[in-house]
Formats: sequence, C-alpha cells, structure tokens
Amino acid sequence: MQDYEVFLQQLITGLSNGMIIALVALGYTMVYGIIELINFAHGDVFMLGAFLALTLLGALGMEAWPSHWQLAGVAIMLLASAGFCGCLNWSLDRVAYRPLRRASKLSLLVSAIGCSFICTNLGLFWGGMPMEVFAGGVAAAAPKDFPQLIPQFNILGESAIRIVPADVAVLVVTVPLMIALVYLVKRTRLGRAMRAVAQDATAAALMGIPVDRVIGITFFIGGALGGFASVVYALYNNTIGFQMGYRAGMDAFTAAVLGGIGSLPGAVLGGLTIGCVRAMSDQYVETRWTNTIVFGILILILIFRPSGLLGSTRREKV
Amino acid sequence: MTVPILEVKDVHAAYGPVEVLRGVSLSVEAGEIVALIGSNGAGKSTTLLAISQIITPRSGDVRFCGESMIGLRGDQVIARGLVQVPEGRRVFARMSVDENLKLGAYLRDDITAVADDLRHVHELFPVLKDRGGQLAGTLSGGEQQMLAIGRALMSRPKLLMMDEPSMGIAPLLVTRIFSAIRELNRGGLTVLLVEQNARGALGLSSRGYVIETGKVTIGGDAQDLLRDDRIRSAYLGD
Ligand SMILES: Nc1ncnc2c1ncn2[C@@H]1O[C@H](COP(=O)(O)OP(=O)(O)OP(=O)(O)O)[C@@H](O)[C@H]1O
Ligand SMILES: [Mg+2]
Repeated sequence: MQDYEVFLQQLITGLSNGMIIALVALGYTMVYGIIELINFAHGDVFMLGAFLALTLLGALGMEAWPSHWQLAGVAIMLLASAGFCGCLNWSLDRVAYRPLRRASKLSLLVSAIGCSFICTNLGLFWGGMPMEVFAGGVAAAAPKDFPQLIPQFNILGESAIRIVPADVAVLVVTVPLMIALVYLVKRTRLGRAMRAVAQDATAAALMGIPVDRVIGITFFIGGALGGFASVVYALYNNTIGFQMGYRAGMDAFTAAVLGGIGSLPGAVLGGLTIGCVRAMSDQYVETRWTNTIVFGILILILIFRPSGLLGSTRREKV
Repeated sequence: MTVPILEVKDVHAAYGPVEVLRGVSLSVEAGEIVALIGSNGAGKSTTLLAISQIITPRSGDVRFCGESMIGLRGDQVIARGLVQVPEGRRVFARMSVDENLKLGAYLRDDITAVADDLRHVHELFPVLKDRGGQLAGTLSGGEQQMLAIGRALMSRPKLLMMDEPSMGIAPLLVTRIFSAIRELNRGGLTVLLVEQNARGALGLSSRGYVIETGKVTIGGDAQDLLRDDRIRSAYLGD
C-alpha cells in the first residue's frame, strides 16, 4: 500500500465514523439548543438502541434469512431502534426533565447524569439476559458480536483502497436524515416552533405554541436520530456493549461542542472532524494517544473560538 | 346591561412564596380601549400573564366571552382570541420579520384568511413589508414593537392586551404606535392597554384602572381619572 493510499483509507474510515458520530451529536445539539441541557443520557439511549436491534435480529433469526431479505431486516432494525430511542428519549424528558423546567440548570444536569446511569444499568441488565443472540452464557458486561448482515467486499474491486458496502450504508442512512432534519427545522411549521421555543420559550407560549409538547418532540427526534445511528454503528463496527454509549456519547458530545453547540451544521462538521482526527491519530501517532489528541484539539479550538466552529457568538438584543 | 368580554375577578397570583397579585378585579367591554396603569413593580405584567394563563392564578377567576380561562392551556386561551403583546416586545431576534409574523398565526389553518390578515398588518405597518426578509433582531426598537403588535394581530385576536408598547421608544414612534392602536380599535378590536405612560394611555382609552402593589385601587372613566388629584400627583407628574 502506498502512503497516499493509507491516508485515503484512513480518511474513508474517519469520514464513515464521523458521520455516525455526527448523527449522535445532532441529538445532543438539538436538545441543548431548545432547553440548554446536555442530555447525558443520550449516549446511553443510543446504546440501548443497538441492544434492541441485536435482540430483534436474534428474535427474527435474521442471520438465516436470504441475503436480499437481510436488507429488509436492516430496515426493520433501523425503524424499530429509531422509534424505540425516540420514545425513550421523550419519556426521559417527560419523567425526569419536564418537572424541572423551572428549576436551576444544575438540577436538570444532575437529573440527566442520573438518567445516564439508569440507562447504562439497563444495558447491563439487558446484556445479561439469556438470549441466544448474545452467544448465551457470556457475561452481561461482555461486548456482544453483531452479525455481519451487510456483505463484505471491496466496491473498488482490486484496488488497494477498500470501500465496503457498510461505508455506503453509513452514507445512505445518515445523509438523507441530515437533509430531512435541516428541512424540518428550517422550512416547516414544527421547525419554526422549535426555533421559536429555543429563542424565547415564554414568547413562544404567548404565540400559542405548546412549548412542552414541542420540547418533547425535539427529544423524540434527537433520540430517533440516535436510534438510527446505533444500528449503523453496530453494522459498521460489528460489536456492541453496554459501555458503547459512554464512549460514543463522549465523542458525539465533544463533536457538538467543537462544532458549536446548538448548531446543526456545527454538529455534522464536529462529528466529521473528530472521526477523521481519530482515524489519523490511530494511524500516524498511536491509538493510546488518540483521546489526548482529540481533546487537545477541542481545547485549542475553544480557546480561539469559545462558541465552537460554527456556534453563534451573537447575543440577542433585548 | 352588557356582559363584559373580559372579566377578571379577585385574582391572586404569586411567584413562589411571594404574593404579587392580591386581588385584581377589572372588566373590559367589547369595543373599548381600557388602560391599566401603575408604577414599576405594581403587578401590571403579572396581571396580563395571569389572564393569559402563562402563570396560574392562586384564586379568583378570569372569564373571557363568558367562559372561565382557569385551567386552560396557554394555546387554548389564544385560540379563543385572548392574545397579548408581551412586555419588551420579545420578537424572535434570529428569525426574519416574515417568520415572526407567520409564528403569530401558528394556531391557524385558514390559509386565505391568514393571507388577508398579513396584508392588513402590512398596510398598518408598511415597514414590516419592506423589511420582510430581515432578521427581527436588526430592527430598531420601535420597528420591533410594530412587529410584536403585527405578530399578535396575525392570531386574529378578539381582545388584544398590550404591555407597555411605548417603553423605550422614540416619541415620534410612540405617536405612530398609539395612532395604530386607535385605528385597530376603530376596526373593532378591543384593547387592554398597560402603560406607565399614563397620560398617553388614558388619552386613548374610554376607561382606566390603577393598580398599586398587586391590587386595583381606582377605576373609572378615563377623562375623570385624568382629572383625579391622586392620579395627577402620582402618575401624571402634575
Ligand atoms: N419571574 C418573577 N419571579 C419573581 N418575582 C417576580 C417575577 N416577575 C415579577 N416579579 C415581581 O412581581 C412584582 C410585580 O412585577 P410585574 O412585572 O408584574 O410589575 P409591573 O407592574 O409590570 O412593573 P413594570 O412597570 O416595571 O413592568 C414585582 O415586585 C417583581 O419584582
Ligand atoms: Mg411590566
């Protein structure tokens, strides 16, 4: 493999991982945009989405399906996990955050950390259930293999650079979702209501916008994006575990801050940046330095641009 | 005797433990402009928020067109035509003027009537048409006030409550806004006008109320209030 081929290969890996991170980051940034809360449980909701997908996969016996049916299986898992994570995130808001709307931001944050622990433990419990697809008997905390439903061949044929169908699958899922999200936020009545609540919830209420319902829908959409991301993540990395929410959540949260929390394009840019920096650092430095490098870059960028790459520095005129 | 369009009966309301409204009663008849005046912190804005059910009254009743508003959600109150222009304008600064106006019509789906109302708002405040694509945060204070009023009109109110529309605005624009209020009233809109600018507000109104530390203490014909000695010394600076 030539040097430039190694570089391109890492770039492809970085961009694929980056798109997945970006999808999770959108969930953080949307919720932050509307109620200024870092929803720490978001990464764990993402993790539970992957567990649901694997459970479904096992329950329906998808591995034994003919290969063109497996594509339908992937679609089923995507929709099921998205719906599940959306509802779960909505429920967290309804039960743990909504009663604290008038409380201090700090109470809300503590509540979010609590939700994160609860969800992590749910994942641990789920992983310990006696299911065949978890390769029965393996400890609850052990990583689970996620079967390879997407064929493994090089789309580029004999080339030294590999682009596999999973890379394409990442794009096919993430890009349309991001376009749909931007359309929803910028062009629809619901999106206008979401932006209005984000800017001034009381004024929005005075326009007749049902503020709590709009916030709930925002949680649902953010969670659903995490659900889509969880299935793509599982198919791409072929292993899931109860701690993946922490790791992916950390990357995605960092991506959201890096891009400018509250900004949708910022979350995508941040995700791609972190994905690529990780891949390059793994290749050219050393894996054990990767976290240091990622957070070093985050701190550097925030020193020079405190509101992130695309975050708004403008303060509203009152 | 006519039934008032809005009737506020002995409303008490509090922020946490602090009781701010200690028995507010007032009424507005259809077609009137009624002024509610009072000094800083008297509870004027809180009264409007309690009427709109943004804060829930502890006790008392708010009746609009004969129906109690207590227990309704904010959007239900607005859907019935009881709408307010908030204190300090509160336009959505990072949205365009057009988007702000669209948000005013959030609860409506009678598209043709909404388009009519938009034309009407543009006639009333032509600047909102010229600046349609501009971010609301870049408008001047007076223009933002016009936008806030226009936005509220887009919900097609029966009764419009305005919280200090003259606050922090150049005198020329205050005149412009007061004459718009009069024009709207001639067109059939009922108005409850909260003001610290007592002279301007009473000059525009048929009746007025004075609120002091959470209680309505004086109420009556606007011309009588303008001649009342207590009001002249406390609110008109005579
Ligand atoms: N969100 C709040 N939390 C606690 N106290 C509040 C809150 N809003 C207002 N108050 C208090 O309630 C009282 C009445 O406030 P309100 O805003 O209704 O007065 P106002 O008559 O509108 O005054 P102004 O002319 O300055 O607008 C004041 O003492 C104020 O400090
Ligand atoms: Mg006030």
